[in-house]
Amino acid sequence: MTDGTPGTVNRVRYRSRLHQTESERKAETHPLTWRLKDTGERVDLADYEAKNGYTVVKTALNGQSPDDVIESLKTANLRGRGGAGFSAGLKWSLTLRGEGYPRGYLVCNADEMEPGTFKDRLLMEQQPHLLIEGMILGAYANNSKLGYIFLRGEYIEAAQSIQQALEEARQAGWLGDNIAGSGFDFDIVLHTGAGRYICGEETALINSLEGKRANPRAKPPFPGQSGAWGKPTVVNNVETLCNVPAILEHGADWYLNLSGDRSSDGGTKLFGVSGRAEKNGLWELPMGTTGAEILDRAGGIRNGAKLKAWLPGGGSTGLLLPEHLDLPLDFDSIGNAGSRLGTGLLTVVTEEQSIVGLLRNLEEFFARESCGWCTPCRDGLPWSVKLLRALEKGEGEEGDIEILEMLARDLGPGKTFCAHAPGAAMPLESALTFFREEFEAGVGRKKGPAGVETVPLGEV
Amino acid sequence: MSEQADKTLATDGFELHPDDRAAIQAELGHFEQPQAACIEALKIVQRRHGWVPDAAIPAIARELGVGPAAVEGVATFYSLIFRQPVGRHVILVCDSSSCYLTDYEMLRDALFDHLGIQYGQTTPDNRFTLLPVCCLGACDSGPAMMIDDDTYGPVAPKDLAELLEGYS
Ligand SMILES: Cc1cc2nc3c(=O)[nH]c(=O)nc-3n(C[C@H](O)[C@H](O)[C@H](O)COP(=O)(O)O)c2cc1C
Ligand code: SF4
Ligand code: FES
Repeated sequence: MTDGTPGTVNRVRYRSRLHQTESERKAETHPLTWRLKDTGERVDLADYEAKNGYTVVKTALNGQSPDDVIESLKTANLRGRGGAGFSAGLKWSLTLRGEGYPRGYLVCNADEMEPGTFKDRLLMEQQPHLLIEGMILGAYANNSKLGYIFLRGEYIEAAQSIQQALEEARQAGWLGDNIAGSGFDFDIVLHTGAGRYICGEETALINSLEGKRANPRAKPPFPGQSGAWGKPTVVNNVETLCNVPAILEHGADWYLNLSGDRSSDGGTKLFGVSGRAEKNGLWELPMGTTGAEILDRAGGIRNGAKLKAWLPGGGSTGLLLPEHLDLPLDFDSIGNAGSRLGTGLLTVVTEEQSIVGLLRNLEEFFARESCGWCTPCRDGLPWSVKLLRALEKGEGEEGDIEILEMLARDLGPGKTFCAHAPGAAMPLESALTFFREEFEAGVGRKKGPAGVETVPLGEV
Repeated sequence: MSEQADKTLATDGFELHPDDRAAIQAELGHFEQPQAACIEALKIVQRRHGWVPDAAIPAIARELGVGPAAVEGVATFYSLIFRQPVGRHVILVCDSSSCYLTDYEMLRDALFDHLGIQYGQTTPDNRFTLLPVCCLGACDSGPAMMIDDDTYGPVAPKDLAELLEGYS
């Protein structure tokens, strides 16, 4: 497309930045990234097999039962890396399988669109075989006949990389009939999306996969009971599935020990930093690594500025303060602090940046991306945007902050059809708690006679 | 809707390109039901025409053997399916939080200035269409944007002239 001559084009072309070199990344300590090359080139089948790739497909499919696999995941305490942290082993144990149940689907959620999240991209662009291997093992455990990788449409390089890897895996017999002589059949289809954040919600994703509008479905039934085309369907995040091969290769205890006494969650995590840090990017580190350690690796805040607040794992997680940097980053510790680990990629906010402005930006995102199915989300989010825009300009009215508080409550867990609205409420609620004075500074007027009316979605 | 769409089909005489029909048929094999190929079919048509004209909807519906309303409903839901003509190149600018915190608004304003258009518009020479997009998963290099299939970041306003030059 571009002729490649201008220096600018190459300089600003996006590349994932994993800040650990090959010499630092070891099989025993970096199960997700140890095979990656410093050059960033794709690890192809030959490279992957030369580094033990697919060996565990052979041993697990021939030597372990699906229940053994599930037990290992439970013991390893592998928790979903898509943001909710649900135990992968427990989810798999609830999938309907066996006598009398049709073979269903294993869906890899590769829709990565959570603001501030850029981890699955690295795994898919540079090492698609690890994902494929994880999916084969997942399919075996859940008795899935076909896998789908639901990839967001904008991930062009990841699509090419996955497509090439699928071809390679088929030719080598890792996909298809009678995999590794085990009698188990499984194949994977790459499906690319056409935009909309809500597609990442697992039941909306299933609707999208079926070629429908991506409105979430009511639960129960859970996808593991009745998902795509009514068949048992397991949905897992890219990073979750990429953890599976090493757990089965080295054992659940090894995996659990990777995080040591930092955390009861097992394993490592792709952590990252974005915003105005000196050195943004990714690191594979043990679960329970603290925010302080990660920010230290990122060289602190740019130009010696001070940290004001941070989001621990994407736009739908609650803001935390500098004093929270010493907490172990795992699902329970961050949950207990009133936020969520989410995707584990930190967004830093510096002292001079406006919290009201950030919240305005976040709620514009959530308002635009609401699927419109339920009223509190469809109407409440544009309302919050309108108030936040006014407060940002210093044109807020008395009572606006109280309305925002009410909205944050009414959009909270259990009040709407899916977790999109609670995801929008969480940063808002935390901002109003920790930075109330910034909102108060935006109240410039007494309440006008017209009160507050909602704005049509189209304007947001 | 369906009646009107069928009339459009009759008057406009929109035909799916034989290669596109084959591509859509190949997609059908990936799913339990034909409706599932709908999004891919829309993308196939968009790849050829740059966008999805109204008259393509009943044609796709017929190819899949589903009702046109189902296809129309999908075509209007997804943000990367364009229902209006776009320029030769589509610029998607990330307007999400990490980019916001790394001077997204400066980049946006510079693009508005440089191209003389706002979001949702196409330059008069039909070269660029400008649209906002959700987090591009390039947050560590914000502000980020895509031009067609290429992702860039961090993009400073001063880089724009040279960057856009590569897309004629
Ligand atoms: C609005 C919304 C968007 C989501 N987007 C994603 C996503 O892009 N990727 C992802 O893995 N999970 C996403 N999730 C979480 C999924 O619903 C689901 O919990 C996850 O895919 C399960 O996989 P895991 O258990 O392996 O994490 C989203 C949830 C919501 C409510
Ligand atoms: S909460 Fe929002 S995104 Fe979720 S179903 Fe309701 S309207 Fe749709
Ligand atoms: S927030 Fe812009 S790329 Fe993620």
